[in-house]
Amino acid sequence: MAIIDLANPTRFIALVNRVLPWLIAVTVLLFAIGLARTMQAPDDYQQGATVKIMYLHVPAAWLGMMAWGIMSVAALGTLVWRHPLADVAGKAAAPIGAAFTFICLVTGSLWGRPTWGTYWVWDARLTSMLVLLLLYLGVMALYWTADDPNRGSRAAAILSLVGAVNLPIIKFSVDWWNTLHQGSSVFRMGGSTISPSILIPLLIMAIAFTLLFVTLHLAAMRNEILRRRVRTMRLMQAQELAEAHS
Amino acid sequence: MTMTFAQEAGFIVASYAITVFVIAALIAWIVLDYSAQRRILGDLEERGVTRRSKRTAKEAP
Repeated sequence: MAIIDLANPTRFIALVNRVLPWLIAVTVLLFAIGLARTMQAPDDYQQGATVKIMYLHVPAAWLGMMAWGIMSVAALGTLVWRHPLADVAGKAAAPIGAAFTFICLVTGSLWGRPTWGTYWVWDARLTSMLVLLLLYLGVMALYWTADDPNRGSRAAAILSLVGAVNLPIIKFSVDWWNTLHQGSSVFRMGGSTISPSILIPLLIMAIAFTLLFVTLHLAAMRNEILRRRVRTMRLMQAQELAEAHS
Repeated sequence: MTMTFAQEAGFIVASYAITVFVIAALIAWIVLDYSAQRRILGDLEERGVTRRSKRTAKEAP
């Protein structure tokens, strides 16, 4: 199957149906390995056992940002190329990205209390992440409440592109401003500062979370394609009934 | 002030519990939505409503 064939929703659904069982199996396996390695990982010399929260918090933060990146690319596809699946991809990614951003904020708050002595502080990293969650809620509201789905999609695509400005702000907030949140320690110039005994389980969990995101996104895209078919068929039915009565 | 392991465990368990709950809710929503859309499509097709592409394929010689 050529890549261009995936632009056809029917072929895309056939591909998703074939790929999903394998993705689910690999995701479950990776989570099992990741969680086992997480439980065996040593405590941090400063943070003690609470470092275990990092194995959820960091992948959730990455995915919250990655989902918005996908939505921004999809927004370009919607506004510039009018690709049939771009809008579907953007709409399907929004609630999943919002869920991961929510997990990031809640686990960060629960990690912050024992580590920093507070659940929340209005520093640049935490605030920009909260802004990301609010942007997700805004995009979802545009997608789900617009009377005309096409207008809603265009408005959501524009907000997705505008909101992409927040991604570098989140990433570099710890460098640009004085924050309570620690600086980058995994992906940084000069290599990671984390011990391999903690870093390897973190990377396994990050891959497992990423596969979970891919699985959920593909399944949600399939649902969205079916929802649009239902809408089209209902409109056709209404049109036929109107023609029969006239 | 240092925390006891029991106090730390509370924060760890709460983090994992909330994450599992949110992901489980997301999975349940996607699975239920899929079965709902398929059911509605099935009902429409049973009532004779077909998509334009299927209709064209049937009408083609």
